[in-house]
Amino acid sequence: MAMIRNQRRHRLVAYSLILPFVAIFSLVFAYPIVEVIRLSFTNATLIGGGEWVGLQNYRELLSDKLFYTSLKNNGYFVLLTVVPTTAIALGIALMVQRLSGRLQALALALFFLPYILPVSVVTQIWAWMLDFQFGVLQPVLELIAGKPIPVFKNPHWVMPMVALVTIWWTNGFNVLLLLAGLRNIPQDLYEASALDGANRRQQFARITWPLLWPVVALVLTLQLILQLKLFDQVYLLSEGGPFNSSYVLLLMVYREAFQQNNGGYAAAISLVVFLLIVTVSVLQYQLLRIRGRK
Amino acid sequence: MIAQKRIENAALTALTLVAGAIWIFPLYWAFVTSIRTENRVVSDQAGLLPDEFNLSAYHDALFNSSLVHWYVNSIGTSLIITAIVLLTGMMCAYAISQMNFPGRRLLYGVVLGSFMVPAQVLVVPQFMLMNDLGLINKWGGIILPQLVVPVVIIVYKQFFDAVPKEMKEAVVLDGGSDYTMLFKVYLPLNWGITTALAIITFISSWNAFLWPFLVITTEDMMTIPVGLTQVNDAFGVAYARLMSVALLGAAPVAIAYLIFQKRVTEAVMISSGVKG
Repeated sequence: MAMIRNQRRHRLVAYSLILPFVAIFSLVFAYPIVEVIRLSFTNATLIGGGEWVGLQNYRELLSDKLFYTSLKNNGYFVLLTVVPTTAIALGIALMVQRLSGRLQALALALFFLPYILPVSVVTQIWAWMLDFQFGVLQPVLELIAGKPIPVFKNPHWVMPMVALVTIWWTNGFNVLLLLAGLRNIPQDLYEASALDGANRRQQFARITWPLLWPVVALVLTLQLILQLKLFDQVYLLSEGGPFNSSYVLLLMVYREAFQQNNGGYAAAISLVVFLLIVTVSVLQYQLLRIRGRK
Repeated sequence: MIAQKRIENAALTALTLVAGAIWIFPLYWAFVTSIRTENRVVSDQAGLLPDEFNLSAYHDALFNSSLVHWYVNSIGTSLIITAIVLLTGMMCAYAISQMNFPGRRLLYGVVLGSFMVPAQVLVVPQFMLMNDLGLINKWGGIILPQLVVPVVIIVYKQFFDAVPKEMKEAVVLDGGSDYTMLFKVYLPLNWGITTALAIITFISSWNAFLWPFLVITTEDMMTIPVGLTQVNDAFGVAYARLMSVALLGAAPVAIAYLIFQKRVTEAVMISSGVKG
């Protein structure tokens, strides 16, 4: 009897411990997940309501030219950011790792600081640096293109420039992960191989790279997910323009829901974005793991 | 041979610092701009080095914009979010890690699974929900959807799993409850990880843009990242003021980072699972 009562009390205590989280989670996470699915089959406005319209939103989406433009731009942005930022971060991590003590802390701070800035601070600073008339970087652009360029109003420059700003802003995170990965590699491997006469390049190819690969794969996967969720920077820098050349899926969600008052249609796009992110990241992770094993 | 190696090392170190200086240039440039007068900023003579020390832009930023409101909103909501996320997270993680109850596995599965759902895809139903609850343009509306941070539970669970069983037995013999156990034993043993998770949660809610941007409708209710986007409209083309507001908005977290650099670095590594 006592044991059963004890067990019951134990369970009650456990449930009281999980209750606050479970309650909040159900209200602001689980319920919205169910809702976003339901809404995607309705013609609800932003305030809700609406009637069941079956697959109409999805049919509309498949014939929406902007959807394909956005999809293409999302893909382009992923190409411009994921691998480049990982490569740059790896280079920086290798450079920073050589240093020690205060010098390392200083170098790390220089590369990491942008990561903790609010996105609007980042975009304000870069918009000013790339300002068409007075931007401090315009002479650099002139060297490349021969003339000053209003980069966020130019269909060819806008995506690469948003990518550049994004890499500058978020790269510190990748540097940290790779640095942690480098620190986990046992130091005696390098000492032993040095005794055997291995040079730096050989050490990198035979020790660093294979042992760091799981972390590189993690960084690539996290980056892919992060960059598919592009919204803040592109909204603040170019609002998807010019001529939709930087229009992306989450901008579509925003505009449909909050400017055109099409809650149902926006929900359908949201779900497609969600499925896209899950599929692509699972696929990429599996692929990278297979490559890693070889 | 040795001399050559030493030169090589010095060159690499110099290269690293130069690269770091270039990387931080945008912040340097924002600062140089912010201490110039507006006329100087757009004049031909404005060089790369600071040549004026004029704080009028900062004065304007503090007294002629809603920056102070934004600070209060950002600090208030971020602190509340951090406190609730940590408290509910550690309670839930303790139950999952140390207790036996039907649904335990399912709960942890749901927590792990929710990690996969990007918050951005839920903004439409979340907005409708906040509207139904009357929380649009309120602190409650900013806070509620930011309270689900699965990684806090995942990290706490890992650390609670690693606490030696003997610790627990001593408290059980004294007749202590699980609440005593959590707050008197497990929490004090894990202050380090608690600080780390608090830092991560605080920074990410301080910097949150999309959700506060959607749920706030008036300027005096905005958080810093959202408010900064209004400065353009308010000041027109005034780069010194723009940069001073941006730097003031970034300052609290940036300064905190520079002071607690090691802790922040650790926190980022732990919460991404690279170093436990």
